[in-house]
Amino acid sequence: MSSRADFDILQQWVRPSSRVLDLGCGDGGLLQSLAQQKNVQGYGIENDRALIVASLNNGINVIEQNLNDGLTDFTDNSFDTVLMTQALQVVSRPDQVLEEMLRVGKECIVTFPNFGNWRARWHLAIRGRMPVTKQLDYEWYNTPNIHFCTVRDFEVLCRERGIQVLNRVMVSERFPDQSLKQLCPNSFAETAIYHLSK
Amino acid sequence: MPESIPKNSVGLVTPQTMKFDTPLTLDSGHVLNSYEIVYETYGELNAEKSNAVLICHALSGTHHAAGYNSMDDKKPGWWDTCIGPGKAIDTNKFYVVCPNNIGGCNGSTGPNHINPETGKYWGPDFPPLRVRDWVKSQACLADKLGIEQWAAIVGGSLGGMQVMRWSLEYPERLRHAVVIASAMNLTAQNIAFNEVARTAIRSDDDYNDGYFLEKGTIPRKGLALARMIGHLTYLTDDLMGSKFGRELRSGDFERGAYNEVQFQVESYLQYQGEKFSTAFDANTYIMLTRVLDYFDLAREYDNDPVKAFSNALCKFFVVSFTTDWRFSPERSQEIKNALISAGKDVSYAEIETPQGHDAFLLPIEPYLQVFDAYMKRIAGEIES
Repeated sequence: MSSRADFDILQQWVRPSSRVLDLGCGDGGLLQSLAQQKNVQGYGIENDRALIVASLNNGINVIEQNLNDGLTDFTDNSFDTVLMTQALQVVSRPDQVLEEMLRVGKECIVTFPNFGNWRARWHLAIRGRMPVTKQLDYEWYNTPNIHFCTVRDFEVLCRERGIQVLNRVMVSERFPDQSLKQLCPNSFAETAIYHLSK
Repeated sequence: MPESIPKNSVGLVTPQTMKFDTPLTLDSGHVLNSYEIVYETYGELNAEKSNAVLICHALSGTHHAAGYNSMDDKKPGWWDTCIGPGKAIDTNKFYVVCPNNIGGCNGSTGPNHINPETGKYWGPDFPPLRVRDWVKSQACLADKLGIEQWAAIVGGSLGGMQVMRWSLEYPERLRHAVVIASAMNLTAQNIAFNEVARTAIRSDDDYNDGYFLEKGTIPRKGLALARMIGHLTYLTDDLMGSKFGRELRSGDFERGAYNEVQFQVESYLQYQGEKFSTAFDANTYIMLTRVLDYFDLAREYDNDPVKAFSNALCKFFVVSFTTDWRFSPERSQEIKNALISAGKDVSYAEIETPQGHDAFLLPIEPYLQVFDAYMKRIAGEIES
C-alpha cells in the first residue's frame, strides 16, 4: 500500500516508550516514525536483502529472519506490541503467525488488504479473473500474496482462536466517508487494521 | 608485488610500536611488568577524537589489516576487502587502529620475545592469557592514543569475542560493537579441533616442550598440520568441491602403470600448512587456541548472557554466515537473542554463502552491503 495510510492509524494504538516488534518491517519506516513520535524501542524482522540495507540506513534495529520460521527466538510476552503490516497474506501459515504474535506480544496490530473489497469481488464475479487492484497489484501466478482473506474471514478466525479484537479501523482511499466502510466493511474496506489481544 | 597501489587501498603503511612500562595484571594473576604492542593505523583521527575504530584480529590475524608494508608485498593486509577509502570501514571517515595482540608473534610482546627477567625467550612460559587481558591492553593503547571512546570496535571470530568483552568491561568506551562470525563460547567440537591442533604441534620432536627457540629448532611439521586441520574447518565441503573437486595436481590413474597421484586439494592444504609453519610461532598458536577455548562471555555473570549484556551501553551489529560450521549462525543468534532480551539495540544479518567461516574475510557482496550500511550509519552519527 503506497500511502501506508494504515501507519497513521495504528500509531495511535502504540504506547509511548514501549517495546515493539515489527514483522516484515520493510525499510524500517514505521519503526523509525514510532521511535521519533513515541520513543519506542523497536526491532524489525525482514528477510529481503535490499530492505535490510534500507532499514540499516534508516538506523533501526533490523533482524534478518524468515517469518515462516516462526518466532521461536522470542520469549513469551517479551514485547508490548507486535506489529505486522500488509504481510499476513504472504506468510505460509497466517494463523500460526498470529498465534506467535500473541504469544510474544501483549498486544498485536495487524493490517491486511481486504479481499472482500467490492473491486476484488467485481474482478472475480463479473470478469471471472483473480483481482488485480492498486493494493493487490500482481497476477495470480507471480503474487507473493498466497493467503487472501476478507474482513469477515479474519474475524471468524479471531473468534475461533479466542483472539480479542480491541479496535478495528477500515481504510479506503476511494471511500473516505467513514459510514459506508463501517456499515459494510467487508465490501468497502481496502485495508483492514486490527488491534488484538489474547 | 602490487605494480601500483589500488585506488581504494590505504596504500603503504608502516607498523608502529607502543611501549608500556605500567605493569599489566593479567586475569591469571601473572603480571607483565612491561610490554610492547605493535599496531597500524589508517585514516585520520578527527579533532573531536570521535571517529576511531578498533579492529580486533582473530587467531592468525596481525596488526597488518590493510594496505601494503612495502611494494614487495604479494598481498595486502588480512582485511583489505573491508578497510580502505570507500570500503565498509571507510578510512576517509574513520581513524582505524589495528593492534597485534600481546602473546602474538608478529611484533607485540609474546612467546617469541625475550623475557627481560630471565634473558631467555618466553617460550612456553609466557603467562596464560584470556580475552579480557587483550581487551585491557587494547584499552591501555587507546589511552596512549588519546581515544576515550571508540566509534566502533569491530572483529570476526576470536576478534568478535574481544568486541563483546569490550562492551562489558568498558561499556562507556565504545558506541558500536560489530561482532562477525563469532560466539559467546566455543562448542565441545570446536575445543576438540583446537586440541587436535595442539597435539599436532606438541608431537613434533622439534617442539622441544616449547623451548624450540632456545634449542634452535622450529616445529614446522606440527604447525603445518595444526594449520591444515584448522584451515579445513574454516571451509566447507561444497566450497572445496567447487574449488578443487577431484582434480589432480600430478600423476594419473592409467592402468598398467603407477604414477603417484596428488589431488589439487592435497597440494593446496600442504601449501597452506607450510606457509603458516614458517610465519607463525608454535607457542603463540597453542596459547591462542587456549584463549579461544577458555572464553565464556557470561561465566562471571551467572552464565546468563542476558545478565552479561545488561552491562553493555553500545549498539550491536551481529553477522553470521549460513555455511559457517565452526561459528554457526545459531551461535550468532544466541548473541542476538540475549541482546534483545537485555533490551539492547541490535541488528542481525545472516549471509547466505558457501564459504564457511572464511567468509568473514572475503568480498561477498551481500555481506559488504550490510556491513557498509551499518558503518555508514556510524559515520553519519559522527558527522551530525
